Amino acid sequence: MNRDLDRSVALKVFDPTFAGEAQLIARLEHPAVVPIYEAGLLSDGRCFYAMKLVAGTCLDKYAAGSPSLAERLRVLRRVAEVLAFAHSRGVIHRDLKPQNIMVGEFGQVYLMDWGIAAIQGTVDFRAPEPSLDSRSDIFSLGVLMRFLLPESSSPALRAIVTKAISTDPAARYPDAAAFLKDIDHFEEGRAVEAWSEPLWHGLQRFGSRNAILLWLLFAYAGVKFLLFFLRTL
Amino acid sequence: MAEANITMNKILVGLLFGLILGAIDGATAWFTPEVRPMITGIMVGSSVKGMVVGLLCGWFARKVHSTMWGVVVGAALGLLFAFLVAAMPSANGHHYYLEIMLPGFVVGAIVGFLTQRMGTPLGRTTEDMKRAG
Repeated sequence: MNRDLDRSVALKVFDPTFAGEAQLIARLEHPAVVPIYEAGLLSDGRCFYAMKLVAGTCLDKYAAGSPSLAERLRVLRRVAEVLAFAHSRGVIHRDLKPQNIMVGEFGQVYLMDWGIAAIQGTVDFRAPEPSLDSRSDIFSLGVLMRFLLPESSSPALRAIVTKAISTDPAARYPDAAAFLKDIDHFEEGRAVEAWSEPLWHGLQRFGSRNAILLWLLFAYAGVKFLLFFLRTL
Repeated sequence: MAEANITMNKILVGLLFGLILGAIDGATAWFTPEVRPMITGIMVGSSVKGMVVGLLCGWFARKVHSTMWGVVVGAALGLLFAFLVAAMPSANGHHYYLEIMLPGFVVGAIVGFLTQRMGTPLGRTTEDMKRAG
């Protein structure tokens, strides 16, 4: 409890070895990063920082509530956006997993527990390469996406996951922005880079994306045929 | 539609598609033998009508972002201007209300749809919008 302001805060106490963590998070001013209010040293020599107390649920519990696909993708987008931002500032997360993502009561998404060099990730979400870099975060993002997607999801979404979790880092998305671009394309009904879709699927996608236009063109052709036959009666 | 980055503003999109679709609609008069000798005049008139409808649809699309209302307003404008064209005195004294107004209605709806789905609002390019965040 911050008595001066009469508000509850989250307090993290840690070994001085990881003193850089507060500075690392303070560098990331982003709506999806929990802001730090204060950092300092305790009388026993340990470090602490006080940050906003986020009211919400962890992503694993949130996903168990069966949110819609659009909602799942919205959360994933927020995570990818904050990763793209962090990577642009030279920060990698290293431990991306549902337990480190909070969905707030107003739908806001927070990515927490930002990377300390000593952390080597959580086994199920960690990239296979020995030294972690920004592409390792892309791998974890892909595993997170696989965790979030319902079993019967679109082949385009499954292809995005497959590309992101490729064991060869060079075969993954080069950055979070490229990953986001494919998610955008999927949501807009456009072709995704990760999947060479069959022709029939491309036509189906084009048809559903442009259904109104196709109906209008069909109506125009119908009107012209109708007028033609009315004239010949 | 709009797969690529389109840097035209909505009024330009309306003018362009109004011109193209108007010209194509006018060209279909070739299938009506009694007006075939007047095909050039019909195509020019139909293109101008399409451009006016496109201009108004583009202006509307800059103010209101709704595919449904774009189609409705485009169809209404198409119908109105097609009526004005059909009511004009013709060389053979006939008025082709149905033949002009029915396709004009649908072409207007198409132009209204396209101005909603394509082009950038308020004359900005997609790059401008990306820069503005």
